[in-house]
Amino acid sequence: MTKKNHYVEEGFRKRKNRFITVTFLLAVFVLMLSIAMLYLGNTRYSLSVIVRVLMGEQIQGASFSIRTLRYPRMLAGIMAGMAFGMAGSTFQTMLRNPLASPDIIGITSGSSVAAVFFILVLEVNTTVASIASILAGLLVACLIYVLSRGASFSGGKMILIGIGIQAMLNAVISYLLLRANQYDVPAALRWLSGSLNGIQSKDMAGLFWTVWIFGGLLFLLGRQLKILELGEHSAITLGLRTDQTRVLLVMCAVFLIAVATSVTGPISFVAFLSGPIAGWLAGKGISTILPAGLTGAVMVLLADIIGQYAFDTRFPVGIITGILGAPYLIYLLIRMNKSGGAA
Amino acid sequence: MKQTPYFTASSLVAGYDKKIIVNNIDIIIPKNKISVIIGANACGKSTLLKTMARLIKPVSGEVILDGKQISEIAPKQLARKLGLLPQSPVVPEGITVSDLVSRGRFPYQSFLKGMGKKDYEAVKEALDIMGITELANRSVDELSGGQRQRVWIAMALAQQTDILLLDEPTTFLDITYQVEILDLLTDLNQKRGTTIVMVLHDINLSARYADYIFAVKKGELISQGTPFEVITEEQMKQVFELDCAVIKDPVSGSPFIVPKGRHYVMVNESIEINE
Repeated sequence: MTKKNHYVEEGFRKRKNRFITVTFLLAVFVLMLSIAMLYLGNTRYSLSVIVRVLMGEQIQGASFSIRTLRYPRMLAGIMAGMAFGMAGSTFQTMLRNPLASPDIIGITSGSSVAAVFFILVLEVNTTVASIASILAGLLVACLIYVLSRGASFSGGKMILIGIGIQAMLNAVISYLLLRANQYDVPAALRWLSGSLNGIQSKDMAGLFWTVWIFGGLLFLLGRQLKILELGEHSAITLGLRTDQTRVLLVMCAVFLIAVATSVTGPISFVAFLSGPIAGWLAGKGISTILPAGLTGAVMVLLADIIGQYAFDTRFPVGIITGILGAPYLIYLLIRMNKSGGAA
Repeated sequence: MKQTPYFTASSLVAGYDKKIIVNNIDIIIPKNKISVIIGANACGKSTLLKTMARLIKPVSGEVILDGKQISEIAPKQLARKLGLLPQSPVVPEGITVSDLVSRGRFPYQSFLKGMGKKDYEAVKEALDIMGITELANRSVDELSGGQRQRVWIAMALAQQTDILLLDEPTTFLDITYQVEILDLLTDLNQKRGTTIVMVLHDINLSARYADYIFAVKKGELISQGTPFEVITEEQMKQVFELDCAVIKDPVSGSPFIVPKGRHYVMVNESIEINE
C-alpha cells in the first residue's frame, strides 16, 4: 500500500517537474530569441551596446536602430505570440478540439477586417482600431455560436461554419485592401497573414497591457478551464459555474486575439499550433495556458528571424508561420474526416 | 423510527425545451442505501436523475438536500455533498488516470490554491478503492471500457460526496465488468455509507444490488419499494409492458425475471443441459 502510494505521488511529481522544466526552458528560449532580435540587423551591435541602449543611454546610430526599430519589433513579436498562443489554447481546450482555434474559425479574421477597415480605410488611430477589433472578434464569436446552435450544438458543425466565415471575411479583407489608399505590398501582407514590419513603440502599450491583464486572467483560470474540458455535465457536478466561466474565458481570449491582430495582423497559425505543441512538450494534465503563450512567442520570434534573414528576400512573419501551420491543418482535417467529424 | 427526509424531490416537472419528460414526480431517496431507478427507454429516468443532480433546471417543483433547495446551495458546497457520474463523460486527450481523478478535488480548491496534502490523500484513496493504483500514471486513452469506468467512479469518489448518482454506469460494459462495477459500488455503500442512486438497464442486476427500486413510466413514478415489492409479474407488465415469469435468483435469492416473448428454440427435454 505505501509502496503503491509512492508510485502515485511520484507520477504527480514527475509530471509537475516536466511542466516546470518545459515552461522554464521555453522562457529561456524566448529570452535568447529576443536578444537575437536586438542583435541581428544591418549593423550588429555588441551585447554591451544593446544593454546600454536599453538602459536609456544615447549612442549614435545604435539608439535609433535598437530602440526605434528592433526593440518594438521584438516586443510585438513576444506579446503577439503570447496573445495568440494563450487565446488559441484556451479555445482549443474549452471546445475540446484542436481545430477550434480562433485563427481557423474566423474570429481572428473578424478582428482583422475591423482593423483593416478602421486603420486603412478610415485612417483612425490604433486605440479606436483595437476597440473595433475587439467588438468585431466578439461579434464573430457570437455569430459562429448562434449559427452552429441549430437543433443541436456540435463542435464539428461549428468548425465548418467558422471556416466558411473565415473565407468570407478574408475576401472582405482583400476587397478593402484593394480599395484602400495605401495599397502597398507590406500593408497588404500584414492584414492577410501578419507582419512585424514597421511596428512603433506607440502602438505597443495597448497590446502590452492586454497580454498582462487578460493573459494573466487566463492563466489564473487555468484550473477552471481544465474542469470545463471534462464536459458540461461533469463540470457542473464539480461545482463550476459553467456559463460564467465560459463567458469569461471567451472574453479574455477574444481581447487578446483582437488587440494583437490590430497591431501585427493575423499571424497565421500561431494560435492554432501553440496549444498542441505546448501540450506535447509540457504534458496534458496541468493547464497549458502559460507554456502555450511562450510557445507562441517562440514561434513568432523564430519565424520572424527566419523570414528576415534566411532568404534573399525578406518575408513577413506570417508567411513563415503559415508554411509551418498548413500541413498540420491538413493532417487534422484528414483525421476529422476519418473519425466522422469529431477530430 | 422514521428518518427525516434527506434527499428528496417534490412535484418535480422537468424536460427539454417545451417537452415535459418528468411529470410531477415525488421521490424520497433512502439515506445510506442503494437505490435503482428502472424503466423503459425514454421514460424519463435519466432526466429525473439529471434534474436531481442539478444538470437540468426543473420547470416546477423542487429538489431538496438536507432541508435546502439545491438551487440555493453554492455550487462548490453542493459539489462536496452530491456527486454524479454522467452517462458518457468526456475524456480529455492524453490525460493520465491520476490527473483525471484529481480533478474530482476541484470543489475543495480555492481560486488560487491548488492541490494540497488532503487532496492527494483523497486521490490515492479513491484509486485504491477502485483498485486502479497501478494504472495511476497511464493515459486514460489506453484503457479498456471497464477500466475507464473505474477511473470515472474514482474521480467521483475523490469528490468525497455523501450521495453519488450514476447514470447507467454499466452500459457498454461486458457482463464481467458490469458485475465488478456493481460490486465495487456496493463495497463503497457498505464501507462509507455513501447513498447511491443509479439508473440501470438490467432488471435482474437491479433486483440483486438495490435496496430500493423506483420504477418510472412515461415520466411518472409508478412503483417503488424493495426489489421483492417492485419486481413482480404484474408490475413488470405495467412498467415495461412485458410478459414475464419471475423466479428466484439461484445465487442471491432476489427476484429474477424471465421474459416470455413469442419465439424461442425448443429444447428437447431428453437432452441434459450442462450445469
